[in-house]
Amino acid sequence: MTETTTQETTANFSEQVATSGKSGLWTNNVALVQLLGLCPLLAVTGTIINGLGLGIATLITLVLSNSIVSLIRPWLKSEIRIPIFVLIIASIVTTIELVMNAWFHELYLVLGIFIPLIVTNCSIIARAEAFASKNNLVDSALDGFMMGLGFTLVLIVLGGMRELIGFGTLFANAQLMFGDLGHSMTITLSEDYPGFLLAVLPPGAFIGLGLLIALKNIIDKKQSARQVITVKSKDPITN
Amino acid sequence: MAIILQYRKNILKTAVVLIVFAVAGAALVGITFTQTEDNIAYNEKLTLLRKLNNIIPADAYNNNLLLDTISIKPNRLLGTKENSLAYRARKDDQDIAIVLSSIAPNGYNGPIHMLVGIYDDGRLAGVRVIKHRETPGLGDVVSISHSNWILGFNNKSLGNPDSTRWKVKRDGGDFDQFTGATITPRAVVKAIHDTLLYFQQNQTMLFIQPETVLNKPEKPQ
Repeated sequence: MTETTTQETTANFSEQVATSGKSGLWTNNVALVQLLGLCPLLAVTGTIINGLGLGIATLITLVLSNSIVSLIRPWLKSEIRIPIFVLIIASIVTTIELVMNAWFHELYLVLGIFIPLIVTNCSIIARAEAFASKNNLVDSALDGFMMGLGFTLVLIVLGGMRELIGFGTLFANAQLMFGDLGHSMTITLSEDYPGFLLAVLPPGAFIGLGLLIALKNIIDKKQSARQVITVKSKDPITN
Repeated sequence: MAIILQYRKNILKTAVVLIVFAVAGAALVGITFTQTEDNIAYNEKLTLLRKLNNIIPADAYNNNLLLDTISIKPNRLLGTKENSLAYRARKDDQDIAIVLSSIAPNGYNGPIHMLVGIYDDGRLAGVRVIKHRETPGLGDVVSISHSNWILGFNNKSLGNPDSTRWKVKRDGGDFDQFTGATITPRAVVKAIHDTLLYFQQNQTMLFIQPETVLNKPEKPQ
């Protein structure tokens, strides 16, 4: 009896992971579909490493804020939920900043500048409002993780595009995050690459993001077209 | 009447919930702050010493750099608006070098904070940008983590190059600017030159003045 229950829960959980993952990484991607958190996204995606740094910090904040909002659901009153979300997010971000500064100082020296930017990321309050305030702890934490992961991936891809086109390198300054190991991670494609300033400047971020969104839409369209065809060919009446 | 009472009850309840969360949030931040304060101060001191040792090699002096400090009043040449700390390096009571805090007020995105190390003979021991908000990928090249540009100032002094050549190349000087960013290096070059002028005018005072006793280690910038 207990075995079946455990199995069922596991099945449910992995299903939940799949749904949540699909939503966070693709169909509901914070940066590509919801178009939230663009301020920090456009500001720091000059390089892969910067993107990765902001992504990780955002992911941690999303998981924590979603979990806490989910836990306090019984006491939430709808009139004052927004100020409460703001309070929670601001406290979490400040706490993360202090804890990192005290115990992970090396990492703080790298990510420190990104952390205040997270407060301006409206995707966090959006997830608190749209998801965590209506779902249980596990689902909310999972949603925060997947949303954060989706955001991080877009940051890395956009950072990679801009770094590659703008500077002709990949993983530049990786030593900031990975220590001495990072020095060997930097890939320089061409020693005398002249650089392409537009990609590095803010307009390059907008253009890059636009291209990514367009690419995602093309893929989505092709996929739905294929689905329609499959459905049609299976339908005996239309045949 | 009953309705008003109902409202009042609602308002009170809402206020209490909000207050509870505000207090809880403030408590969380407050407790974390007190718990992390010492660690953060220690970390910042270590980081500062490491930064100073990048400017003046640790084997060039044998006094306690972090304690042999003087407080310098705001000065136009240093670009400082508040008292700043200067660190003096000595070896067996012989003056070796001083590290001054200098601020370039006219960076592209606000002030650029620097540590400028100057040897006893007026040569630059080294310069490090410690705080700035310059454009990532463009202006932030002044920072040692992004390029070696700032090392080009090592051993330069007021006469080397000439006063007229203490500019970026675009302005007819000796120092490189970067693609897409002239304002940042221009500001840095000017601030370093001004700091050297300040040193020239105040050298004796800087080394003789007794160390400023600080009740609390001042927060490094």
